[in-house]
Amino acid sequence: MKAYKYVGKPIPRQDVSKVFGDAIYAYDVKLPGMLYAKLVGSTYAHARIKRIDYSKALKVPGVIKVFTGEDFPFKVGIYAADRDVLARGKVLYYGHPVAGVVAETPEAAEEAAELIEVEYEPLEPVLTIEDALRPDAPLIHEHMEEYRHASFIYPRPGTNIANYLKLRKGNVKKGFEEADVVVEGEYREPLISHAYMENWVGIARVLSDGTVEIWSSHQSPFAVRHLLAASLGLPIGKVVVHHTFIGGGFGGKAGLLLEHIPVLFSMKLGGRPVRLELNREENFLFMAQRAGYLFKMKTGATKDGKLIAHYGEYYLDAGAYADYTVNIGRSVGFVPTGPYEVPNIHVDSITVYTNKVPTTAFRGFGMQEMHFAFEQQIEQLAEKLGMDPLEFRLKNAIVPGKSYLPTQVRVREDAGDPAGTMKRAAELISWGKKPEKPGEPWKFRGIGIASFWKGPVQPPNAASSAIVKVNEDGSVDVLVGTGEMGQGTIYALAQIVAEELGIPVEKVRVAPIRSTDSVAYTWQTVGSRGLFSEGQALMRALDDLKNQMKEIAARVFNVFKDEIEIKDGKACVKGKPWECISLAEMALGYTLPNGNAIHGPLIGRGSHVPSQTTYLDPETGRGEPKPFMTFGTSAVEVEVDLLNMRVRVLKAVTVLDTPVINPGLALGQAYGGAVMGISIALNEELKLTKDGRLLNPNFTDYKVARAGDIPVEMVAEFLGVGQKNAPYGAKGVGELTMIAWPAAIANAIYNAIGVRIKKLPITPDNLLEAIKEQRPELLKELDKYLLGGE
Amino acid sequence: MAETITIRLKVNGVEKEVAVKPNERLLDVLREKFYINSVKAGCLRGECGICTVIMNGRLVKSCLVLAPEADGAEILTVEGLSRPGKPSVVQRAFIEKFGFQCGFCTPAFIMAAYWIVENMPNASEEEIKEILNSMICRCTGYKQIIEAIKYAIELKKQA
Repeated sequence: MKAYKYVGKPIPRQDVSKVFGDAIYAYDVKLPGMLYAKLVGSTYAHARIKRIDYSKALKVPGVIKVFTGEDFPFKVGIYAADRDVLARGKVLYYGHPVAGVVAETPEAAEEAAELIEVEYEPLEPVLTIEDALRPDAPLIHEHMEEYRHASFIYPRPGTNIANYLKLRKGNVKKGFEEADVVVEGEYREPLISHAYMENWVGIARVLSDGTVEIWSSHQSPFAVRHLLAASLGLPIGKVVVHHTFIGGGFGGKAGLLLEHIPVLFSMKLGGRPVRLELNREENFLFMAQRAGYLFKMKTGATKDGKLIAHYGEYYLDAGAYADYTVNIGRSVGFVPTGPYEVPNIHVDSITVYTNKVPTTAFRGFGMQEMHFAFEQQIEQLAEKLGMDPLEFRLKNAIVPGKSYLPTQVRVREDAGDPAGTMKRAAELISWGKKPEKPGEPWKFRGIGIASFWKGPVQPPNAASSAIVKVNEDGSVDVLVGTGEMGQGTIYALAQIVAEELGIPVEKVRVAPIRSTDSVAYTWQTVGSRGLFSEGQALMRALDDLKNQMKEIAARVFNVFKDEIEIKDGKACVKGKPWECISLAEMALGYTLPNGNAIHGPLIGRGSHVPSQTTYLDPETGRGEPKPFMTFGTSAVEVEVDLLNMRVRVLKAVTVLDTPVINPGLALGQAYGGAVMGISIALNEELKLTKDGRLLNPNFTDYKVARAGDIPVEMVAEFLGVGQKNAPYGAKGVGELTMIAWPAAIANAIYNAIGVRIKKLPITPDNLLEAIKEQRPELLKELDKYLLGGE
Repeated sequence: MAETITIRLKVNGVEKEVAVKPNERLLDVLREKFYINSVKAGCLRGECGICTVIMNGRLVKSCLVLAPEADGAEILTVEGLSRPGKPSVVQRAFIEKFGFQCGFCTPAFIMAAYWIVENMPNASEEEIKEILNSMICRCTGYKQIIEAIKYAIELKKQA
């Protein structure tokens, strides 16, 4: 990669206010006269609401109002508007908010909430994918046909199916006839939680001119604005969404969260500010979590080691509201295999309602889950063929410019370097070398590898824009709608500005608090799309700005525009570096010697849409779904301890093909993604009782990785193979860094003890179960070392 | 519980008497009566540790300390570590080593780091991890935090 001054350098993040304690999050926002809301959650997973009595609640001093579902007779949502504001008629999951109290103090709201009496008529809860699909299953959404949904979503009213996606490529029947080896498998992942550190909070008010303002913990300010306006029938220009720093998102704060609740409460209370802040337990119960998965896969290969056919039934357990998850059902449906060319594919991806907590996007958007299954299919095929799994992968890897996607379109020539990531990750994990056997005979070590790909899942018109403004001191303000949730994309964008204009990066500012009425539009901050999408818009805005700088300098020095070059923050006559005008001198335009002012303030604008992406054919899925894919391979060395049935990741390696703008930020994503992926592989599960009550809405029982759990060694590399239309070639990395860990760990466990792991999380219980089924002799062997043994 | 009692706290060097309810958390007293913005609530039951501050020289989770228990105590938060434009070594290390992402847990991790640098200048990586185990960061994967703490120890030694 060409050496740049700022791009590609680990320049410290601008948001140092986070280390000084003065960073403002939605959690920190308080408004004068603010009221406090508290929600009351259902105590059943599925029940009719017979009666809600809140007379006692109203008597609590300081209580202003109690709302119930009947106050808000409409649905909200992004892809499938299936969400009630507060439950109406029925509750659909344990914790489903049935009422909301608004009071002068949080204490009064809490006290009143406890006094609300709800009488239920329990209904049979539907708690598994299998139960939801039974022909006689109770219907969770009885009026699905009335729901608004995006044109590319295919719900099946009269069933519990929220979306049904079909992917057809080639002739799968013929493919299996030609196959010499076939592997079938079922893989499961449970519902899990994003467990971001800032619980959701929103503070809304309505101004006397009708303007609705909200501060909330969200990823995508413009999506919140759009969905508030569309769902509540508000003029979009009168909705202002303020984006502060947010305490983690990981997809769980994409789209519209609960913003409509404080907005509606405020609208009904004369516009007074209303704050709804969830505590940790409420955040587990009221906020959408990640879907559960069941993959049924059958994959075939020929004896010369070529993938030939893949058949899949993919099921997403979306919980009570599939609003966002229907699009994840699409995501795994149209990218149903790993980064390999498979000529014949037949996949149905079915998103199913159950009486569980609603679900939404989660880092990776289904790709972690799909690869957990598919990358194990790959290994089993290789084993059956007697081939090295790495060699098998390389033989089938997508070849940019030649291969065709599962959606039948050709992969662009500059798409990246899948094979390169496989080879490099293999080197870094010492592929082919069996790890040393630990001293204790009950411990086993193994290595495993998993390759992956992912691009953003977005509508073809998912737009971005950017504005750059020059200040009188030559500093530059960048106005973009990209959310800052820790990933630091906006600071990478600042580096691009510094590089393009040749000014110190300290002179480029992206404001920490931004509002939809004062920054440029961006569809959403999701899908690892920000740098690629807003980056392209920003490059165009900078071209626009540089063009204006050249126009001014050309007039001043009386030359043609193409005789001016931009260097070190100045517009200079080529070859005469002493004939220059600096950004500061032309920030507000330029004043000629006779007093005539020209041009006026410098302001650059640029836009981006993924212009070559298309809708997908409803019967086959044919089309171009994504503007880019990032390719990568992860590899791990694990130690399996059969005495306590624990798995430890000793070494974690990630190799991505893309160049990066800031290696410090990118490594942060890589390490954070690895630890999150390992945590999901080994620990994480939302556990329910038989009647659907959530058992672990806290961090004692919902275990996320802590410092002591991280691998002994973590390595991440970026190969620098860029895509031509990406800014400096850089594609997205945020989600990519966590996709492959469960798959790589499962493959490593197989390498260590010859046991296939088809169900997450790999807790001691689940590992023991798998060993009992597949290699009970290991346990016999173990007896020798236990008390009373040999 | 409406009755209040008066406690005296010294927060980042500033001493003040405040009226608190007996069941009030130190966390809320710091945020609401001392205007300490850095201390955040994550779980209010001592599991996530993002409300960690230093009280009388010890790391404590301010959600688990009742205000009356803190009477007479000296509290240190990140606001007390630096002057505007002049970061402490720990803060400098977190900035230079990318030791934070979303930042919501960062003040707590910085206080733990400060405590380690002050009290365990020869801390091993395992010892650092053991201290950090009482808190959760969901973004970073901890590696760059640990690197920042090791770097801060170095910076302190050089100074």
